[in-house]
Amino acid sequence: MADTSVQVHRPAEAAPRRASMAEAVRRYGVLVALVLLILFNAAFTPNFLSWQTVNVNLTQVCAIVIVGVGMTLVIAAGGIDLSVGSLMAISGTLAPLIFMGKLFPVSPGLGLALAFTVPIVAAALLGLFNGWLVTRFRIQPIVATLVLFIAGRGIAQVMTNGNLQVFKEPTFQFIGLGRVLGVPVQVILMAIIVAVAGYALTRTVFGRQLLAVGGNPRAARLSGIASKSISRWVYAISGALAGLAGLIVVARNGAADANLVGLGMELDAIAAVAVGGTLLTGGRASVIGTLLGALVIQLVRYTLLANGVPDAAALVVKAGLIILAVWIQQRAKGSS
Amino acid sequence: MTAVAPAPARRTLRNPRAMARWGVVLALVALILFGWARYDNFLSEYNILSFLRYNSMFALIALGMCFVIITGGIDLSVGGVAALGSVVAAYASGYGLAAGVAAGTGAGLLAGLINGLVVTRLKIAPFIATLAMMLAAYGTALLLAGNQSVSVSWDTAFITFGQNDFLGFPIPAWVMLAAFVIGWVVLEHRPIGRRILAVGGSEDASRLMGLSVETILTGVYMASGALAGLAGVILAAQFGAGQPTEGVGWELFAIASVVVGGTLLTGGVGSVAATFAGAMLLALLFNVLNFENGKGWISLSAYWQSVIRGAFLLLFVLIQARIATGEEDD
Repeated sequence: MADTSVQVHRPAEAAPRRASMAEAVRRYGVLVALVLLILFNAAFTPNFLSWQTVNVNLTQVCAIVIVGVGMTLVIAAGGIDLSVGSLMAISGTLAPLIFMGKLFPVSPGLGLALAFTVPIVAAALLGLFNGWLVTRFRIQPIVATLVLFIAGRGIAQVMTNGNLQVFKEPTFQFIGLGRVLGVPVQVILMAIIVAVAGYALTRTVFGRQLLAVGGNPRAARLSGIASKSISRWVYAISGALAGLAGLIVVARNGAADANLVGLGMELDAIAAVAVGGTLLTGGRASVIGTLLGALVIQLVRYTLLANGVPDAAALVVKAGLIILAVWIQQRAKGSS
Repeated sequence: MTAVAPAPARRTLRNPRAMARWGVVLALVALILFGWARYDNFLSEYNILSFLRYNSMFALIALGMCFVIITGGIDLSVGGVAALGSVVAAYASGYGLAAGVAAGTGAGLLAGLINGLVVTRLKIAPFIATLAMMLAAYGTALLLAGNQSVSVSWDTAFITFGQNDFLGFPIPAWVMLAAFVIGWVVLEHRPIGRRILAVGGSEDASRLMGLSVETILTGVYMASGALAGLAGVILAAQFGAGQPTEGVGWELFAIASVVVGGTLLTGGVGSVAATFAGAMLLALLFNVLNFENGKGWISLSAYWQSVIRGAFLLLFVLIQARIATGEEDD
């Protein structure tokens, strides 16, 4: 699994013993933490080792992982995307508007097809807009994506006038509620996305170039990599994945609330990326790590709640966890 | 950037950064004039005073954010810290006004101290350190408050602090004004202000000059935390309750105010006065929208305010980006 953590231009050979220790903690720390959490729960939490518990935890974490994969790519390329939660709100409110025929009259079949595609394309285009601001005007990613963070949720609220849209549409809700061979569809989608993104990051030219852009933009540009085009793509992918996550969330709830869909998602996703071992300054990233990071955060919360600790205290623990994970990262980086 | 290369032809402005700052003041004046000409009660005492009373909280947070951003950092914890400050202040207000204000501000100061230590000692990026503090502050506020708002008894001096006037001017607005005057003096007329700017310009160079970079950074995060705590005190005093779930998104409003005010997120440059103008401008947009709805010509829901704010942020950022490209050499 550690093989999926890739980095460019780093003298990995001849590292002293202490560095390799820190490196081992960095690489396997999340995995070890996850295994320990599972063992702890298996021993102390009643009914933990049941299919239901696994499903509950996986579905809780799905949207965060899907958005987190996009965030991993953006951060790997040296950026950040604060707009993901707002893009989820836009896509999540757009879909019911389309299949309920509130935007324009459509036949049910076409409406459903459009409800799956138009919101994701719209979110991808808005992501492209983020990338355009970052590359064309050299606006810092935090500021560039702050624009849509603020305006995006407003757009979703304006589209629905802030009203809750309740719907019952089995075909559409399949992505949120459906199961294939007992496995929730959203979990399958998550697995596919993690696999494809992990493959793309480690085994394709695009992935290597993306890491090069994040690791050393100047060197990447000088070596002939089309860094601007790569950055734009990365933001578009992040937007599209946020769009998909928005669809899953509203399909699961059977309701679209522009005020709440994706609220705070940018922070959850960044936390998962950070805990998962992706270097926040770019150049080193692990998609599997993000999946594990999200699972660790979720399991810590589950463990605390299942053992009677209030949710508010779980927030404080999560904060400590993020700091600890990033601190371990930095130690490993500093000593290598 | 250096003066060696021949200036490109399009570089006509002598000081583009100053132009950007004047831009926000001009926009603010234009918006006030527009409102004055168009709406009957826009410059009425009631509107001005309630506007200042309410927005003093956001302006205080923007001031702290301005200092943090000048050092090249960012403080995402301010909303959570304000919520924590409001809860702590509401509990302490039972012991009097001074206790309430001191406890709320003190809670913020402590959160800021932790931020500063995590950033300087553990060397964790400000973005992550303060993100974690945001979660921790909300968690602590919810734990203290038992997941509900903490009411403040009426007819106390603490409520007066939030709701009454002094010399015909809301007390929170006086607090805001005092904070900004102090901030302006500190940044532009005291040696410490130079040092803060130097740290933002280049930490390495500052260290070589003998500046205690760690102390300056920690102090700046403490100031931001204390101002956020103070905003929480005003929140509790104004609405009569400590609110552990309030403050969501305040940090981004503050960042937007600072950016609209022409302060670069890369650090080393910044203006307290322009940040004030930026915060007022973004707040005034909402006020104008309310008046426009009142006229009945259009009917824009409150949801439009974030769309319009986002558009304004975009506009300002694009203008600044154009100016910045004019400054660069490549």
